[in-house]
Amino acid sequence: MSDGLPSNARMHELLSMRAPEHPASGLSSVITLAWRAMLKIKHVPFQLFDVTITPIMFTLLFTYIFGGAIAGSPGEYIQYLLPGIVVQTIVFITVYTGVGLNTDIQKGLYDRFRSLPIWQPSPLLGALLGDVFRYAMATTLIVVLGTILGFRPGGGLLGVLAAVGLVLLFAFAMSWLWIIIGMLVRTPESVMTTSFVFLMPLTFASNIFVGLDTMPGWLRTVVGNNPVTFLADAARKLMHGDPAGPEVLRVLLATAVVLVIAVPIAIRLYRKER
Amino acid sequence: MSYAIETSGLAKSFGKTTALAGVELQIRKGSVYGLLGPNGAGKTTTIRILTTLIRPTAGTARVLGLDVVREAKAVRRKVSLTGQAASVDEDLTGRENLILVGRLLGLAWAAAKARADQMLEAFGLEEAGARQVRTYSGGMRRRVDIAASLVVVPEVLFLDEPTTGLDPRSRNQVWELVRFIAAEGTTVLLTTQYLEEADRLAERMAVIDHGKVIAEGTSRDLKSSIGANALRVRVGSAEQRARAIELVTGVVGEGVFAAQEPVELTARVEGPEQAARVLAALGAGKIEIAQFSVGDPSLDEVFLALTGKPPQEVTQEAKS
Repeated sequence: MSDGLPSNARMHELLSMRAPEHPASGLSSVITLAWRAMLKIKHVPFQLFDVTITPIMFTLLFTYIFGGAIAGSPGEYIQYLLPGIVVQTIVFITVYTGVGLNTDIQKGLYDRFRSLPIWQPSPLLGALLGDVFRYAMATTLIVVLGTILGFRPGGGLLGVLAAVGLVLLFAFAMSWLWIIIGMLVRTPESVMTTSFVFLMPLTFASNIFVGLDTMPGWLRTVVGNNPVTFLADAARKLMHGDPAGPEVLRVLLATAVVLVIAVPIAIRLYRKER
Repeated sequence: MSYAIETSGLAKSFGKTTALAGVELQIRKGSVYGLLGPNGAGKTTTIRILTTLIRPTAGTARVLGLDVVREAKAVRRKVSLTGQAASVDEDLTGRENLILVGRLLGLAWAAAKARADQMLEAFGLEEAGARQVRTYSGGMRRRVDIAASLVVVPEVLFLDEPTTGLDPRSRNQVWELVRFIAAEGTTVLLTTQYLEEADRLAERMAVIDHGKVIAEGTSRDLKSSIGANALRVRVGSAEQRARAIELVTGVVGEGVFAAQEPVELTARVEGPEQAARVLAALGAGKIEIAQFSVGDPSLDEVFLALTGKPPQEVTQEAKS
């Protein structure tokens, strides 16, 4: 046959494969789609920029610029700041879940997924699993860098791991919000712009960088009820080995609320036509 | 039931916009069927309903006897879609894309890998298989996209404008592949803007416009519905056209249309003799002929004949 295609007989052989008895299970398709997310990291290492360079920059800048002024010295400040920087970085990069989803939809990739006989939410969950891996990478990087700079968590490795686990759980829930935005707006750029309207106040109007004491009363109310503040508090206490029961509980509650509201909306939007 | 696709009164609105206004289709199993029409006619909407991506507002659609709304999941097991936008992941290699689809369709890892290699061979992409799809040419991208739809050979394959934007060589490759796929027993529904494409591939076709099927049949049926040839005439001035249409109608009877351009008209003619008689009649009537041409009817002229709307473009022209 012309044009570099195989012979007729070979084509007949190649094009005679019929469907297997059973389509992929839900779990298997989620794993396959998470594998896809890993491949993307392998092929486009640049997309790790936001989970490597950005957190390193944040940690260094905030520690040395604010450290002396806020806590007397960078060495003192990093004990307070580091758990917060983990929270801030992770909460910020959850946006990329929405950006990635939006890109896939615009490119027509989700049309293929949606026309396949798979458990419908698996593309969302697979992508999320890949993202949680990225969050874990960023967290590890910050903690290691922080330790080099003098961060000494009183809770030891276990405390740090507990804190990181809690942050990842919260990030997983947050990601669903950006999935919703990712399906509602037209371009990946608008996902960024829209989400920053929420992210800036969410992360800066919190106690990530400084305690509530010096803030005016009304702001203290806002910041004190910000779920990101709950998370920063819990992470700080877990890392430093302080009793953190109520803080952890509040975070779990906030996580549950976000999931209960956002997941059904996201899945409904996903099933809805575009 | 011997129909692969059957729709009845299929309608779809997006808000106030009506995309489909009652589409009737009956497509035999194992055939290649063309859905022709201009942009926005409703071709893609029809395909998206048939592949369960969107739901109809009214009417029913059955694919292999399965209702696309109530039995959507069963439909998805039997059909594949290659959409207009390349629905493969550009960051992944061609091979990885094929493995991904194989896995999602229920193949084990080893089987999915083996199948990916087979598909790369079948589509002449062995060397490109290890490269990211973003480095592919348009034709290669389209081939890997079609390959992804055939990892498991579906009973019905939907191709939405499979050759739009491809160079002639890639277009020929895609045509060749479609013939192979059909020869293996898969029903193929393809949309196209080009009559030539439907002509070469499809046994039957439907012309769709404003969300309705306005003609259906073989390509010969469609062409003969407006006559074997189309004669296009440009007259000297716009004022002469009304008189010219009268004169031409006197020779050919029905099938004379005023074109969008005020000095142009189109007439359906049976052959060169009739065309010559039309030109002679115009000459005798003292109509100045600036240009004329005779050619196969294009899709535009099929539309012209079917809808009474002017053709969008004139393909061949000869100076008089």
